[in-house]
Amino acid sequence: MDFRILKRKLEIGKRIDDFLDNVSESGLLFKLGVDSYLKGNVESFEKKLEDITHTENQGDSLRRSLEEQLYMQTLIPESRGDVLELLENMDTLLDRFKGAMWRFEIEYPTIPAEMHNDFKELVACVVEAVEAMVRSARAFFKDIAAVADHMHKVSYWEKQSDKISTRLQRNIFRQNELQLSHKLQLRDFVIHVDQIADQAEDVADKLSIYVIKRSL
Amino acid sequence: MFAFFISSGLFLGWSLGANDASNVFGTAVGSKMIQFRTAAVWCSIFVILGAVISGAGASHTLGKLGSVNAIAGAFIVAFAAAASVYLMTKARYPVSTSQAIVGAIIGWNLFTGSPTDYNSLTKIVTTWVVCPILSAVIAIAIYKVVVFFISKFKLGIFSQDILTRYGLLLVGAFGSYSLGANNIANVMGVFVPVSPFSDISFYGWFKLSSAQQLFFIGAVAIAIGVFTYSKRVMATVGEGIFKLSPVAAFVVVSAHSVVLFLFASQGLQNLLIQLGLPPIPLVPVSSSQAVVGAVVGIGLLKGGRGIRWRTLGGIASSWAVSPVIAAILSFISLFFLQNVFEQEVFRPTKYGLTPKAIERIETAKIFLHGLEHLFDKEFANAGRFDKVLSNQKMLTDQDRNFKMASTEIDKLEINAHRIDAIDNQLIAEKFILPLREIEGQVFNHHWQIEGALAERSVYWRQKENDKDYNAHLRRRIDYLCKVFRAEEN
Repeated sequence: MDFRILKRKLEIGKRIDDFLDNVSESGLLFKLGVDSYLKGNVESFEKKLEDITHTENQGDSLRRSLEEQLYMQTLIPESRGDVLELLENMDTLLDRFKGAMWRFEIEYPTIPAEMHNDFKELVACVVEAVEAMVRSARAFFKDIAAVADHMHKVSYWEKQSDKISTRLQRNIFRQNELQLSHKLQLRDFVIHVDQIADQAEDVADKLSIYVIKRSL
Repeated sequence: MFAFFISSGLFLGWSLGANDASNVFGTAVGSKMIQFRTAAVWCSIFVILGAVISGAGASHTLGKLGSVNAIAGAFIVAFAAAASVYLMTKARYPVSTSQAIVGAIIGWNLFTGSPTDYNSLTKIVTTWVVCPILSAVIAIAIYKVVVFFISKFKLGIFSQDILTRYGLLLVGAFGSYSLGANNIANVMGVFVPVSPFSDISFYGWFKLSSAQQLFFIGAVAIAIGVFTYSKRVMATVGEGIFKLSPVAAFVVVSAHSVVLFLFASQGLQNLLIQLGLPPIPLVPVSSSQAVVGAVVGIGLLKGGRGIRWRTLGGIASSWAVSPVIAAILSFISLFFLQNVFEQEVFRPTKYGLTPKAIERIETAKIFLHGLEHLFDKEFANAGRFDKVLSNQKMLTDQDRNFKMASTEIDKLEINAHRIDAIDNQLIAEKFILPLREIEGQVFNHHWQIEGALAERSVYWRQKENDKDYNAHLRRRIDYLCKVFRAEEN
């Protein structure tokens, strides 16, 4: 063993940070993208879509190289399985943001103006949930005692987005002027976005187990 | 011939290397924190250093328990110990070379009729009980400190990983050093009194005593055991028996190393004596038991639910079984070697109340009443004389030991021919001059030559508060006894 391992360790810590930046960034891009969409600013929306696709690609390749490095260099042998799973789950969140954006691009749903605020609020809550999850993951790598401080916020934002999603769905189906097909399409969109927060909560649940496993 | 007889000691050393190195580096290698090759190299280097530099302390206690005085006897003692370690390992009991060797020495004592020094035996057995308990306490303390350190400095997952790796390597090195220092006595201790080596001086820079040379050879055998066989054991220890996190592994190895060091360090003992504190006896302890103690300590700290008390009971009962097996094996093998292969398994030491011995004992104001009928009578071995002494009431251990030492007969003839044969490398001219003055004399006891020389030269007098000097003096006397021992003995 020599001091190269020290350098490797610094390197891998920085790359994990970069990867988590990507996840967090994709949330922000999603939020801006939906805003642009609701404003009807197609050009800005397409730009955000392009950006989020790029971020997702970057995240994917970072994750792959991180996984390789963890195994090739036998770093944190006792926790690398957990770390790997965590990285993969975080990557899924990133994918979901990108997926939702593409869905807007493909279907171009017409969202009634009176629902715009609720939609924006839902997106904001979902992004907050993922942000809290990113902070929890960062704490897992840097200061394990602080994980709990961030993790409870994930559940909070998930509950908030659940409430908004229920409200939105109720409103959608109470709109008499909309056709059933339109209602169903809008409901799918709401569920799709809300599921991102659910997923973030699932990741948080798993993270709490990893924390227990590492507890001294 | 010596090379053949020492082979059983080397076998014991090899099995110690194969088994006990895994206590030091097993968890680190098993959990993939340290590569096997790195661990093996560090372990070997530090075992050798520990054995050569600090090996003398614990081997002295073993020597007191029973001084195996013939090479074939030493061969059997080490062989019986190694064989019982092997048998117990096969039966899947965690064993300790320390216990096996103590049992084997007692077997030799029983066979040859030498008395067992109960004082040393009590010291050793008490230590075996204390060692795992102490290890548990130390492990709890270190664990608390480590947890505090990690939470206080908010160590990240990767920083903790890297620190644990270096920590494991460092305590592993310390553990190997302590293992060498403490357990080399098990491997080579019985050969020390019969060693054919003499001290080597490297251009006056430093000296290697004959015991240290033996320890070096034994430590190399341990190192070979580490390289050739410990990999498998390490993998089992790391993954199978104790599923410890790397940080917990660090704590366990630290506690183990501290305990082994405590029971091997002469420096620490001197320090405690200087401070007026009770000294720690220097006794070979079992590294497996130290590890088990530390693991149980951590288990208790976490509420004690994870501890398998049944397994622990099995381990504890093996403590009682292994010395008994070794003693029986040693006794039977000695019988065969002596009667079937006609080898001298012990040099009979006679005892007798010679006029000189009586004079010495009376001068020391020790009571001889009731032994008058034994004056001028010789006893074939220590056991018989010891039996006679034990009929005397009110005899303290100290007085008894003094009587035994005073009455041991070893005929020494100081003649010019033998004085010339003394190796000047070992004994300097200033020490030889007074020998010339007593040329032609014949002594019956070791202490007589000691006294005669001390009378004639300051160099042969013991110095107060200089343990090292006195130990050297002791070795010189032992060497002289070997040189001047009369043929008829």
